[in-house]
Amino acid sequence: MKSSNSISKRDRIVRRLTLAPYSIWSVLFIVVPLLFVAYYAFTDRNFNFTFDNVSRFFTATTSIMDKNGMPKEVHTYLVIFTRSLRLAIISTLICLLLGYPLAYIISRAHEKTQKIIITLIMIPMWMNFLIRTYAWMTILQDAGIINRILGHIGIKPIKIIGTEAAVVIGMVYDYFPYMVLPIYSIMAKMDNKLIEAAKDLGCNGAGVLRRVVWPLSLPGVISGVTMVLIPSISTFYISQKLGYGKFYLIGDAIEGQYAANNLHFAAAIAFILMVILLAAMVFMQSYANKKTCA
Amino acid sequence: MKKIIELKNVSKSFDGEVVLDHINLDIYDNEFLTLLGPSGCGKTTTLRIIGGFENADEGDIVFMGENINDMPPYKRNINTVFQRYALFPHLNVYENVAFPLREKKEKKSEIDRKVKEMLNLVALSGFERRSVTSLSGGQQQRVAIARALVSNPKVLLLDEPLAALDLKLRKDMQQELKKIQKATGITFVFVTHDQEEALSMSDTVVVMAEGKIQQIGTPIDIYNEPENAFVADFIGESNIVDGIMLEDKKVSFSGHIFDCVDYGFKKREPVDVVIRPEDVDIVPEEKGMLKGVVTSVTFLGVHYEIIVDIDGFKWMIQTTDFVDVDEHIGLYIEPDAIHIMHKSQYSGMFGDYSSFSNELDELSDAEMEIEE
Repeated sequence: MKSSNSISKRDRIVRRLTLAPYSIWSVLFIVVPLLFVAYYAFTDRNFNFTFDNVSRFFTATTSIMDKNGMPKEVHTYLVIFTRSLRLAIISTLICLLLGYPLAYIISRAHEKTQKIIITLIMIPMWMNFLIRTYAWMTILQDAGIINRILGHIGIKPIKIIGTEAAVVIGMVYDYFPYMVLPIYSIMAKMDNKLIEAAKDLGCNGAGVLRRVVWPLSLPGVISGVTMVLIPSISTFYISQKLGYGKFYLIGDAIEGQYAANNLHFAAAIAFILMVILLAAMVFMQSYANKKTCA
Repeated sequence: MKKIIELKNVSKSFDGEVVLDHINLDIYDNEFLTLLGPSGCGKTTTLRIIGGFENADEGDIVFMGENINDMPPYKRNINTVFQRYALFPHLNVYENVAFPLREKKEKKSEIDRKVKEMLNLVALSGFERRSVTSLSGGQQQRVAIARALVSNPKVLLLDEPLAALDLKLRKDMQQELKKIQKATGITFVFVTHDQEEALSMSDTVVVMAEGKIQQIGTPIDIYNEPENAFVADFIGESNIVDGIMLEDKKVSFSGHIFDCVDYGFKKREPVDVVIRPEDVDIVPEEKGMLKGVVTSVTFLGVHYEIIVDIDGFKWMIQTTDFVDVDEHIGLYIEPDAIHIMHKSQYSGMFGDYSSFSNELDELSDAEMEIEE
């Protein structure tokens, strides 16, 4: 009894020691910065406590022209936030619609083929994100590759760059692997016997997908959606380059305030965004748990 | 009796390796048929071809008079109980069993009635709301059986369904499966590498090896009249010695001429002679037809298993009489204890106990299960 106790005690110490570097790392680079964000969000320039920054996010207004050319007051940051959310949701849905079937096809392929396709999907991730975005600029430009190809086959050039579509294309391209990989990793672990059992019990291809593959892959879908939605809400570079800065997103707002040396308000926007995303994630996780543990 | 499934000249290879070599098999309505053989003999592939999960390279699969070579599994009125059960982890017990009925869009009340009836049949009433992952192996097994039977298939395929259960539970489930088969009247096609299981449950046993069917028959036929050395060795224990058929009902082996009950062989035809260990009587040396020295004695509870050296060939004998190692004994063999087989490709490969050890036997059994 005594010896087993001392062993487990020693084990605990060893475990803590081996975890120490990671613990220190996460405190220094995750917890402390987060506390700083919160601290800046709730203080003014003289570091006195204030709600002003947070309330400014919800109350600040701007005059814009409405469709009829009449001036109109809008809540600046709420408009920016909903625009970010809308584009992020569209991008996420496109990623899901393209990524889900791809993940399924890969997971059912020959093992060697699986490795090759996964590597191909991951290779763009090894390249710098800015370079990838610049590459899309040259593709989508008015005199870019797409329009030149269209010209050759006798179709009038289309305007892509500087539109919302261009921003969405950029987001989909950049975040697509984050959708495919988690779904694929869940599907690759799925027992092929379950699919055979569903077929055996009367399901055709669509039935197998709807009644077995989809519900079992939900955890992967949830993490894929989370991993695409969150960075696409807070992106700023893609919208600046591919949207010509016409679509001011919440990420642009944070960057703008930061660049203007308005750290406290930048922190407040970041903080609010974080709280909203956290709430959304908790909601999605509990939904997934309910679905998979029915 | 009505044929329900016919396999005609069915062959299958994987990556150039022949797994099934021109199989012909008729399966009759209401029978409990077992495909028995060591791992890699093609029994599971045969089952998967019947279920529609593999396509045969050659040959025809006929179901109730209709060729079903190209029919997908979901259209076949044949259901499968998979080796590791393959229950849907996201559904509870009730929904697992209701799965095929929901696919057919049956009425809610009908589904409810059938699911309850099935759970009752497999003694799982009251488990409806339980998660399948919280069940024991035996309970999961029952859910898998209920799920496969609920849509009332003509044929149930069972792929080593008891392999993962412990011995006691396996024995109980054997009885229960047999009972369920009788109660429902559904044809069962059962795959196993466990010869005892095959003998105790089946109406018909199909012994397979190397992609070929070695013998089809009732358990008693298979045990008493094995077709060749492979079957004789695989089913139970047997001493297989070289012999010469002198004339009808007279065979010579181990330097002695024996009366036997087999006939119809050519004069002086070389044959394999099978003598089961329990059919040999131990007598004083001077009264024995054969004489030998005991080399090992193992106590197995019901009987002793002794190895006797007779002119360099080691025989296994099961007896309730105690003899000691190094004792000289005589053997007496009744005419109807001798079974004569034609020579086959398996002659000389089995039936000698010179390298016999119980431990080795268990080791190879365990390996077989892991491979499967």
